[in-house]
Amino acid sequence: MEPKKPFELVVREHGPTVLRVCRAVLGDHDAEDGWSETFLSALKAYPELPAGANVQAWLVTIAHRKSIDIVRSRNRRPVPVDELPVRPSGLGIPGDGRREVLDAVGQLPPKQRQAVAYHYLAGLPYKDVSELLGVTPEAARRAGADGVKALRAALADTSSPASKGTSR
Amino acid sequence: MNIEQMDNEALLPDGFLPGLGEPAPGKLERLHARLAAAAADRQLIDVSYRTVDSPLGRLLLAATERGLVRVAFALEDHDAVLQALADKLGPRILEAPSRLDGAARQLDEYFAGARRSFDIPLDFALSRGFRLSVLEHLPHIAYGSTESYAQVAKAAGSPKAVRAVGSACARNPLPVVVPCHRVVRSDGSFGGYLGGPEAKRTLLALEAA
Repeated sequence: MEPKKPFELVVREHGPTVLRVCRAVLGDHDAEDGWSETFLSALKAYPELPAGANVQAWLVTIAHRKSIDIVRSRNRRPVPVDELPVRPSGLGIPGDGRREVLDAVGQLPPKQRQAVAYHYLAGLPYKDVSELLGVTPEAARRAGADGVKALRAALADTSSPASKGTSR
Repeated sequence: MNIEQMDNEALLPDGFLPGLGEPAPGKLERLHARLAAAAADRQLIDVSYRTVDSPLGRLLLAATERGLVRVAFALEDHDAVLQALADKLGPRILEAPSRLDGAARQLDEYFAGARRSFDIPLDFALSRGFRLSVLEHLPHIAYGSTESYAQVAKAAGSPKAVRAVGSACARNPLPVVVPCHRVVRSDGSFGGYLGGPEAKRTLLALEAA
């Protein structure tokens, strides 16, 4: 039996990343369910995970499947447009940009959102992203690039008038 | 690959990663608690643990479904102890304080001088053979009294195994709760202790008070 570290360390090390991925893919509202189901499922399967496996990639794969389940079980689009908060006006809300970024991610088409989450937030190579999404690596790369481009544009829109003071 | 990734990183809008990367304060802690509770419900946990502060320093308490399986002194390095538990009992280990509330409370009472024996389920999965016989005898040594290694050897059924009693005590996975500190040398000196000689002295002084 190969040594395997306590699952608690897996949660501590990867919990924040998995939450980021879940928020990007599922939106704030369902992210907690996605996170919980991902780690519960991972805990169950942990003893069988081969030694030396890439734990973060494994978790992202589980998170991807659980996200699909959650979306399916609620029989709706990943982030329903009618539940999105009103976009920031750009006049006030001197927030830290969090809300704005999350909203912007929520506006992306699902494939772009997933590509951005898995590649940029979880650090998965596009080859792995393409396998998860069932598309060619080229298509995965394009989805990621388009997604980031759209985010960049959306953020430039929302942040410029409010960005007096560059703190955070 | 690396160059490509660096190119991509350069495209990230300012504030993008922090924007998604900082959960509200306390959220991960809440999610962790929810995970521990759900995992316990479904019996997916090999070992639950928590730490408690004590006059002997920080103690690690670990339990299986069957009961308290390990008490560890800070001296033993809690990370190393958890890794050893993963190797021996399974890697599905989670910090789950509420699962050990009972043990923590009884230890508090003991250290406050308000409890003389422990009433919690114990799991002796980490001990077998003669060592197990020794550990099973130890709770019969009354609070505030001591026995010699030779007396314990006799009580555990192998009068000549005095040294083996020493090593059974030295490897007691449940110190304090299973009172190996009540075993001393025939000449009355303390003998060694897992948590250091000072810890043994503290416990015996507590029980003598």
